[in-house]
Amino acid sequence: MGIRFVLMVNKQGQTRLAQYYEYLNVEERRALEGEIVRKCLTRTQQQCSFVEHRNYKVVYRRYASLFFLVGVDNEENELAILEFIHLLVETMDRHFGNVCELDIMFHLEKAHFMLEEMVMNGCIIETSKTNILSQIQLMERAS
Amino acid sequence: MAVVPSLMDSLFQRSIDDVIKGLRLCPPGTESIFISKSLDEIRREIKSTDPQTKATALHKLTYLHSLHSAEMSWAAFHSVELSSSAAHSYKRVAFLSASLSFNPSTTQVILLLTHQLRKDLSSANPHDVSLALSTLSAICNPDLARDLTPDVFALLASGKPFVRKKAIAAVLRVFEQYPDAVRVCFKRVVENLESDDMGILSAVVGLFCELTEKEPRSYLPLAPEFYKILVDCRNNWVLIKVIKIFAKLAPLEPRLGKRVVEPICDHMARTGAKSLAFECVRMIVTSLSEYDSAVKLAVAKLREFLLEDDPNLKYLGLQGLTIVSKTNMWAVLENKELVVKALSDVDVNIKVEALRLVMCMVSEDNVMEISRILISQALKSDPEFCNEILGHVLLTCSRNFYEVVFDFDWYVSFLGEMARIPHCRKGNEIENQLVDIGMRVKDARVQLVHIARELVIDPALLGNSFIHGVLGAAAWVSGEYIELSRNPFEIMEALLQPRTSLLTPSVRAVYIQSAFKVLTFCLSLYLKLNNGNGNVVVASSSMHRFTKESFVNLMNLVETNLGPLAGSNEVEVQERASNVLGLIKLIKLIVFGSEGDNVKGEVEASEMVKLIFDAFSEDLGPVSVNAQERVPIPDGLVLKENLGDLDDICGGDTEFSLPSSFSIVKLQKMDAAGTSDCTSKEESETLTESTSLLAEHRKRHGLYYLSSENAGTVSNDYPPAIDPKDKDADEAEDLARLTEESLVIKKKPNQARIRPVVVKLDDGEGFNVSAKKREVEGGDLISGAVQEVLLGNEATATSSSSRKRESSKKSRERNKQQHGHGKERKSQSTGKDKEHDGQGQREKPKRKSRQRGDGGALPAQSS
Repeated sequence: MGIRFVLMVNKQGQTRLAQYYEYLNVEERRALEGEIVRKCLTRTQQQCSFVEHRNYKVVYRRYASLFFLVGVDNEENELAILEFIHLLVETMDRHFGNVCELDIMFHLEKAHFMLEEMVMNGCIIETSKTNILSQIQLMERAS
Repeated sequence: MAVVPSLMDSLFQRSIDDVIKGLRLCPPGTESIFISKSLDEIRREIKSTDPQTKATALHKLTYLHSLHSAEMSWAAFHSVELSSSAAHSYKRVAFLSASLSFNPSTTQVILLLTHQLRKDLSSANPHDVSLALSTLSAICNPDLARDLTPDVFALLASGKPFVRKKAIAAVLRVFEQYPDAVRVCFKRVVENLESDDMGILSAVVGLFCELTEKEPRSYLPLAPEFYKILVDCRNNWVLIKVIKIFAKLAPLEPRLGKRVVEPICDHMARTGAKSLAFECVRMIVTSLSEYDSAVKLAVAKLREFLLEDDPNLKYLGLQGLTIVSKTNMWAVLENKELVVKALSDVDVNIKVEALRLVMCMVSEDNVMEISRILISQALKSDPEFCNEILGHVLLTCSRNFYEVVFDFDWYVSFLGEMARIPHCRKGNEIENQLVDIGMRVKDARVQLVHIARELVIDPALLGNSFIHGVLGAAAWVSGEYIELSRNPFEIMEALLQPRTSLLTPSVRAVYIQSAFKVLTFCLSLYLKLNNGNGNVVVASSSMHRFTKESFVNLMNLVETNLGPLAGSNEVEVQERASNVLGLIKLIKLIVFGSEGDNVKGEVEASEMVKLIFDAFSEDLGPVSVNAQERVPIPDGLVLKENLGDLDDICGGDTEFSLPSSFSIVKLQKMDAAGTSDCTSKEESETLTESTSLLAEHRKRHGLYYLSSENAGTVSNDYPPAIDPKDKDADEAEDLARLTEESLVIKKKPNQARIRPVVVKLDDGEGFNVSAKKREVEGGDLISGAVQEVLLGNEATATSSSSRKRESSKKSRERNKQQHGHGKERKSQSTGKDKEHDGQGQREKPKRKSRQRGDGGALPAQSS
């Protein structure tokens, strides 16, 4: 599976984006988000960015007021996922111009599409910012 | 929030921005009201025929569902409806809502999407295509997969790279849901391995990475292509995935290992990317652990990680070492100081990893040193980590009947030390081990009694409720091995001290029972003294002052302290106190001589006392859990006759737990005398539940279930409490007999200093956790199909049989004589599949490489 889910959560624990790569119903999602958020948000800067949860791992990083959490299988390379998170942030930054939480809130579907370009079926398929953004721009022009 | 809908609300639809702003401006606590209001609006709006209104409504709903857990399965049909819109933006909204909310297994309307998806997959507009592919990979189910395979197949050869890349990513999902698709699409997928486009390559390699997780052997034929990528490609993401693939393939084919070890070491040395370096290290230590030079390089890299300040790298370094520890222990020992340093790191995760590694290093020679280091660490740490350390230490030391412990005197004192640590919550385990060691290791008993005495004497400990369990064990030890004690009087005083009223009743009961044993022991000494036996065998020097007077004092002490307890509310305490007081009455007859002509009474009394003492003089050894089953059933005794019916009546309530009362765990709370108490107690408890039903049954059959010595009463009362003084001797003798049958003493080969003998039982005590290795489902089907494609299509080859091993064997036998043609016959398998299946079984143990390193106690689990 690789990546199981991608979450963006703010400091107060409110979810700003939730993308799952395996089906979970509403209660399961809420429970999962609650548990993981509690685990990650209480950690400090000096602690490592990897948390083991049940039978998979969560790799997270904090950017300003937003936490990016990615749930991955145990086999996945954690450092590569950290890179991926950084790539995602940079892509969004380039697209929105100095991205902040509000951008994501008001343009949720754009964030989803960006993520869709990069990850499909739990696998990272595109890592070039130019490719991703050109795709998004084309799509916006077409609609 | 206005309750009455204003004109504005009913005329204009709220846009998504309005909803978002509204939610943000909401006073805290009223969000749910706002959300339900919005949901009501959405329900109205979504039924509209105007696509704009519908799209906005659906968009809002998706937002609320995704971030605020609003239920939206009722809107599934609307998503489908909207998806047929021509405008791309509306289609986008519809498909996004579908991929975020549809459940592939239960949403009924998914099938309605099939047609639309097909149209979009073959559309000229690449954005539509990409949208359809994304949606497909999110919601694919077997039906969709089957129907849309041809369309995805067409896209695999698309001219546009980004479409092809997405198609490859989506096709994995299709394979999983509908394995037959492999036969159609696989060749094209493989062709893409030679693509230059990084996106496509990423997708293909990612696909194979997933597939090799489940069943690597089928993809061995593709090794040359992967090798080319490994050597030529410069993209780190792709390289990481290829290395993962080789990690799975190399163990299957030794020549492959030989070829890839060089390029991988090369990458590891040259790359600046830590992620790639780590992946190389991980691969080498899991799959190429026989290549010493490579492992040395990998360990050097791990050391670099450990020396970094970045906690992530430290953590990964420790993880890497854990994997290495399974095959090359020297690597861990080399980096010992760094690991120990990591024990005091700020980060809990790092500390726990370091702890596990330290546990791996434990052996007979260093167990004492390591324990010392760990305990000092535990004292400095927070309660949680402290208990983590204690738990690990206890587990490691007790593993395999205390395999690593050479010096039991030290270990016993160590247990006492651990019990006194302020935050210790492992009292239960310590308690068990104290008693266990007492029973198994004869030579350690002296020290054990010494430690127990310290624990029992200390009045301060009685106030700490966490340590009560350990105190119970200490009391039991003191009573059981009283002959090894230096000063029984002291022990008696300690057991009866006033502060014992702070103990829980069950522990108090143990204290009283131990006092009973001490009393009996002193009594026996007194009797020997009285009978003029010169050689009184005592273990202490203070006993030379043993006189009638000191014994009488002892008795008075007991009487004074236990007298009030005879009226206690707690059943256990009351019973045992009464027992002791009863014994004292008997003893008094002997000690003070008979008054008048009660000579007969005196003789009887001394007979009984002798019996009691004999009961306690038998060494109590460990009894196997299965011992009860070994007792041969005497002829003529039909055990199950009436009890069988009982099950039907009572629905399985009345399980008499006779065997368990002999189990080791319970023995610490009871001894021979107490066992009978317990059994009768259990019986009366269960009888309470179904007394009326039993009465009925009895009336019907006119029989009692148990051939008890107390038969005769036909009433429905609980069977009378069995007098321990009568049953004592019988029970103890039976128990002793059983123990002798099951004891097997194993002696270690001669060593410079002889290790004490640890008694083990020969029938493998404890319950074996049968590690059931379940086949990873689905892998069989896909890889079966892949095998055919790669090893050449044969007309007779069809997909492998059903997922379960048993049914596949059955169908193989069933269809041995038939030939399979065409794709309909699913129940056939060729010789190749048989071979592959058989080898698949053998591969399971190799996956241990992904296990956590904590001494390998866990059964291997497939990842």
